[in-house]
Amino acid sequence: MANKAFNATRGDKLFDIFNILAMTLVLIVTLYPFLNVLAISLNNSTDTVRGGIYLWPREFTLQNYKTIFQYEGLLQGLQISILRTIVGTVLGLISSSMIAFTLSRPDFGLRKFVSTTLALTMYFSGGLIPVYLLMRDLHLIGTFWVYVLPGMISAFNVFIIRSFIDGLPYALQESAKLDGANDFTIYYKIILPLCKPVLATIALFLAVGQWNAWLDTYLYNGSKAHLTTLQYELMKVLQSTQQGSGAGRNANDMAQQMTQISPESIKMAITIVVTVPILIVYPFLQKYFVGGMTLGAVKA
Amino acid sequence: METLTEKSASAKKSSDPNPPTQNRRNRIWESMKQQKYLYLMSLPFVVWVFVFNYLPLWGWTMAFQNYKPARSFGDQEWVGFKHFVELFSDDRFYLVLRNTLAMSLMGLIVGFVVPIFFAILLNEMRGMFFKRAVQTVSYLPHFVSWVVVAGIITKMLSTDGGIINDILVNLNIIDQPIQFMAKGNLFWYIVTASDVWKETGWNAIIYLAAITGIDQELYEASRVDGANRWRQMWHITLPGIRTTISVLLIMSIGHLVSIGMEKQLLLGNSLVTDYAEVLDLYALNYGLNMGRFSYGTAIGIFNSVVSIILLFTANGLFKKITKESIM
Repeated sequence: MANKAFNATRGDKLFDIFNILAMTLVLIVTLYPFLNVLAISLNNSTDTVRGGIYLWPREFTLQNYKTIFQYEGLLQGLQISILRTIVGTVLGLISSSMIAFTLSRPDFGLRKFVSTTLALTMYFSGGLIPVYLLMRDLHLIGTFWVYVLPGMISAFNVFIIRSFIDGLPYALQESAKLDGANDFTIYYKIILPLCKPVLATIALFLAVGQWNAWLDTYLYNGSKAHLTTLQYELMKVLQSTQQGSGAGRNANDMAQQMTQISPESIKMAITIVVTVPILIVYPFLQKYFVGGMTLGAVKA
Repeated sequence: METLTEKSASAKKSSDPNPPTQNRRNRIWESMKQQKYLYLMSLPFVVWVFVFNYLPLWGWTMAFQNYKPARSFGDQEWVGFKHFVELFSDDRFYLVLRNTLAMSLMGLIVGFVVPIFFAILLNEMRGMFFKRAVQTVSYLPHFVSWVVVAGIITKMLSTDGGIINDILVNLNIIDQPIQFMAKGNLFWYIVTASDVWKETGWNAIIYLAAITGIDQELYEASRVDGANRWRQMWHITLPGIRTTISVLLIMSIGHLVSIGMEKQLLLGNSLVTDYAEVLDLYALNYGLNMGRFSYGTAIGIFNSVVSIILLFTANGLFKKITKESIM
């Protein structure tokens, strides 16, 4: 898209230099914190206290990682995080694509009703306390399902998939019908395979959302040791020095935190463990999510 | 949203304009039988949406009661606007409202302008490889959780070994490292800057896509007329993405008050709480944690009502100014 380099005036050259400098700054500002965290996590934790670790560890060690993987809460949290990411993504994909398919059918009688019902949810929410009480009344608090059920259907995701299906030729469905296929077969055998690109985008959104969620653990399952997530464990460790932060943590939790103020290097090692899965997946999915975002921009 | 409704009209066209009632009922039944799979595939989810998205609205009635968890709905004591009166006469509420509006506004302005600039500058980059690299790296923080970001920000701003303090001290701008996280008056800026760091690259994707859609002949024509790069950006690129900008602006204004509480809860601490507490956090602390469900719900309702008013006002204004609307 960049303009061709011919006829570059002095102003244009000046602009290019300025632009390259600005973009280099963006690159550094974005990358440095991650590299710094990595370096600290690989540094001897007593040595780290002296400060001055920037891009490379001074006393290289893997001890921090060994230590954190002996901490039971972390492995437990890892399991729950992986489980909720898988279950949440699969359920979210099935539900969103099914609704999207029915909404893309011009002949479907409930189409207007369903799409209005969904669209309205984008503009309001019940708020913290009514939602909390609903979870309590549904007996979801203290269970794994509180992680995946409430966020299963998002109107935004449904509308992105739907506009993708709208772009597919309708004749495919009609000819399948003539061959005797029912609507579910059409969805399963024709629509789903064709929707791979958009489903990959939505899967990424859902998986990242599930992996990164911690507020639901904090609100609903904070006292259930076997259900806490990796992000929540990280939060507890990271906040262990900033005592009293985030008022409203219960006393029990607080006491537990005061006893284990973790060294800097340990904290950074956990941060890396929490971050790495995302960093591994995302370059592979980049082309999909850029496409998905663009689609969202046009249709939202 | 226009795409949601327009096609339902065509669905009805197939039926006769004035069929006899009996016949019509048969036809509806007939079509329902024909579409049984479509019904089966969407009705369960409609029920689901109703339960998780609409039922909590019923909970709004709590704000007008002295809600006691053990009682049934009929046994609750109705108190009218008592909780709202209490809310509006609480000094803490105005402090919290100030914090919410301040951080929302700062986030709106900075978080809105920076991605546009970033997208335009990135689009002007000439080296394809470097451009790709910057773009790929710039999305990265979006995929990291706020827990991690808060940890990173705290680390970068810390007094022992934080890069920001190190740079400022080494450049002799300050003598003593600053306790950034303990200074209430800096909290809003820290939250805003964290937001920019995390989301600029991601938010720029939409603008980059919009810029790609601009007719390249416009640039060539302007070059023939002697326009330099700045003028091209100002007179072609910016107007070219105007629609995208207005739509996104209206949408973000609608979410102005509902900024959530993740960042504030994670970055805040007891020293800065007078600047860090926002409406949702206030509802959590004074409503949920103290068991004052009715009071907390009143806070939530206030939050929603302001959001909706802002959304409609913004949309109305933009309709007048730009003749564009998202609703």
